[in-house]
Amino acid sequence: MTPDILPPEPKVLYPKPVYSKDAGLLLSSRVWPTERWTARWSQPEYRKAAVQLAAILGGILVCGALIGELAKWGDLLYKMLLAAAAYTHQQLLARGIPSGLLGDPARVLAALNLTAEILWVSLKILIVVGIINLNGLWAVWWERKLSAHMQSRLGPMEAGRFHGWAQTALDSIKLLLKEDATPADADRAVHLLAPAVVIVPAILAFAPVLFGKELAAAKLDVGALYILSVSGVSVIGIIMAGWASSNKFSLLGGLRAAAQVVSYEIPRIFAVVPVLMFAGSLDLAAIDAAQQGYWLGFLPRWFVFWLPAGPIAFLLFLIASLAETNRVPFDIPEAESELVAGFMTEYSGMKWALFFLAEYAYVLLACFMMAVFFLGGGAAPLPLLSFIPSWIWMLAKAMAMMFVFMWLRWTLPRFRVDQLMDFNWKFMLPWSFVVVALAGATLAWL
Amino acid sequence: MTKEVLHKRTTASAGEAAASPAGKFDQLFVNLGPQHPSTHGVLRVGLTLEGEVITKAEPDIGYLHRGTMKLAEARSWHQCVVLTDRWDYVSAMPNNLALCLAAEKLLAVQAPDRAQSLRVIMCELNRIASHLLFLGTYGIDLGAFTPFLHAFREREMILDLYEMLCGARLTYNYIRIGGVMSDISPEWAAKAREFLTFFKPRLQEYDDLLSFNPIFLARTEEVGVIPQALAVAWGLSGPNLRGSGAAYDVRKSDPYCGYEKFDFEVPLGKTGSCWDRYYCRCLEMRQSVRIVEQALDGLPSGDLLAKGVAKNVKPPPGEAYAHVEASRGDLGIYVVSDGGPAPYRMHVRAPSFVNLAILQEILVGRKIADVVAILGSIDIVLGETDR
Repeated sequence: MTPDILPPEPKVLYPKPVYSKDAGLLLSSRVWPTERWTARWSQPEYRKAAVQLAAILGGILVCGALIGELAKWGDLLYKMLLAAAAYTHQQLLARGIPSGLLGDPARVLAALNLTAEILWVSLKILIVVGIINLNGLWAVWWERKLSAHMQSRLGPMEAGRFHGWAQTALDSIKLLLKEDATPADADRAVHLLAPAVVIVPAILAFAPVLFGKELAAAKLDVGALYILSVSGVSVIGIIMAGWASSNKFSLLGGLRAAAQVVSYEIPRIFAVVPVLMFAGSLDLAAIDAAQQGYWLGFLPRWFVFWLPAGPIAFLLFLIASLAETNRVPFDIPEAESELVAGFMTEYSGMKWALFFLAEYAYVLLACFMMAVFFLGGGAAPLPLLSFIPSWIWMLAKAMAMMFVFMWLRWTLPRFRVDQLMDFNWKFMLPWSFVVVALAGATLAWL
Repeated sequence: MTKEVLHKRTTASAGEAAASPAGKFDQLFVNLGPQHPSTHGVLRVGLTLEGEVITKAEPDIGYLHRGTMKLAEARSWHQCVVLTDRWDYVSAMPNNLALCLAAEKLLAVQAPDRAQSLRVIMCELNRIASHLLFLGTYGIDLGAFTPFLHAFREREMILDLYEMLCGARLTYNYIRIGGVMSDISPEWAAKAREFLTFFKPRLQEYDDLLSFNPIFLARTEEVGVIPQALAVAWGLSGPNLRGSGAAYDVRKSDPYCGYEKFDFEVPLGKTGSCWDRYYCRCLEMRQSVRIVEQALDGLPSGDLLAKGVAKNVKPPPGEAYAHVEASRGDLGIYVVSDGGPAPYRMHVRAPSFVNLAILQEILVGRKIADVVAILGSIDIVLGETDR
């Protein structure tokens, strides 16, 4: 009798051979770049991707033109909230306000208005936090795709079917589910607090950021000053992370970050001074308004084109922003090949993700700041393109700057820590003084 | 925080704290490796720092020791070739070749002309593959990620060629005692030429992308300088020695496999800095392309294996030394035969092992960020260092 349990069929464990011994040839699964690089447009996938890209960009433009300025929709929403408060008040009056509740009808109206105000502010906070989170998902995905294409790879292609769009969303779910490990030797309270100290200023700094014409969560008269000062707080969290991890690589990373961020803050702020002088205001909306219009009818009046101070200040601000956000070639605090992951080495799961989110939030912040300060904010580059609303232009300029950030990251090597300091104190800082003087000269001449 | 806790945090152990002068708190012991992203394998370097400046560096090897020199004493001569693949696993062909040359000296046979030319082609292609790996990982060490994948794209093509040739991509066992394992097909030669045509413009791309990048130059140009006298004193070989300006290349000074027939130059560095060593390798890749082209053009016909090499060779009692210019330097093999089926003794002069020793000399006084720049430029493979 045969036994009941037969041994299972032997599975084919190995993939198909790529080498045919008889033919002495590589089989079709192995494609050399010599074959792939010829006649790019003849490949159907390439043509399809190009059409899709054009369709997506065109769709965004058409939608933007149909929606128009976002600020007016925001105002409408605010008015609707107030109207709802007034309507509720009328209804309460009509039905007789329950006695004992506030008593005075005027105070009831004030309370209802306050509720509407709180709802409105909460909505704006939610939108800003949503933008930061979405930016984390989008920028990581974009960075992965961009680096992949620069390195003759494809990057994520599987998750979500369409060019791996869901990759980072799924990654963040994975990070949420991961174990949150704290080293046994760590200073637990500080270790726990550090990511919060990094991410909270990043969110706060977005309050006055201009996303379009008069489109900001908070209208601050000192918006530029507020952003620059609040975003400087995060470095404390980085030092805390470096110290609390009880790891020498983390400690070195944290100390390097402190030295670097504090040093580069100075030329970064000085690079903004010409902009403030040109615009005569610290209010981002005013800075944006000062760059509207065209010289000779077609030359945009962006501050980056205000010779000679504008372009130099822009470059200084770009370089200092790279250093502030710890990106290549200034990614010394988290230099992978030297310090493993710097101050983030001992973090895992969502705490680690918060550091990452903060980094990308600061990148986005720097991009929007460059768009507002130097690239004309919501102004169209040509008068005939003005039908496209300002928030699309703002987003396009910010994304263009983000592309520059990523482009540099995947092209350049990393400075050494002392070279980085030399570069700041011997090059950036003198030039930032020069740029202020040049701006003054320009204004005197004008 | 108490001083004791601080002390515990900043020194490696109580023993090391006692060893540091008067328990100074400004001395920080950092254990670089063996699990560190840029030690290229399992090297451990114990670094003593003052601030970010290194005062003492101790390379610690042996994490990848497999005892191949002892294992060889219980293997037949042909089986020993398999062991050689595992030393310098990024360029295994010269390893094969070194042992086969030593065995052939003992047996007093010589490989046929065609086999010798094939050996040259394979060794030079392997040198390109190895230097490409160096170029890519050196870029990563200095924070540039993109050159790595560009270099690997080209390296992949060479590995594909090897796969066509012998079915293996890393441990080839292609060069055999008395000749080579198999012949190349016309398709292989066409593919190899296709690769060379593709590869030559890429070399210029690496220069544009990395070699002459100002940041890269600043990181490497005056870092890790090894003067020529020091390089000779520490017994360096290969691109590390030639980067210091000493013209020593086994292919020129003690030609084997008919290297004297090929027209190629030995590129030399000037100051012996990290950049010189790096660029020496870039130039060597160009020379290797020249050699492969010449060898493919003038490939002689004939046998692949010398007559009279048995399946189980028993060389007459005696000793032999053969050395080749491997990708990382002068790879020498000393074998003793007692007439039996296995070598009585095999000793390897591994270039990575010798090159690594100078690390403790040139790291002192540099910044911690320079460690990876210098370590990377020495280009060690731990499989060969530990054997």
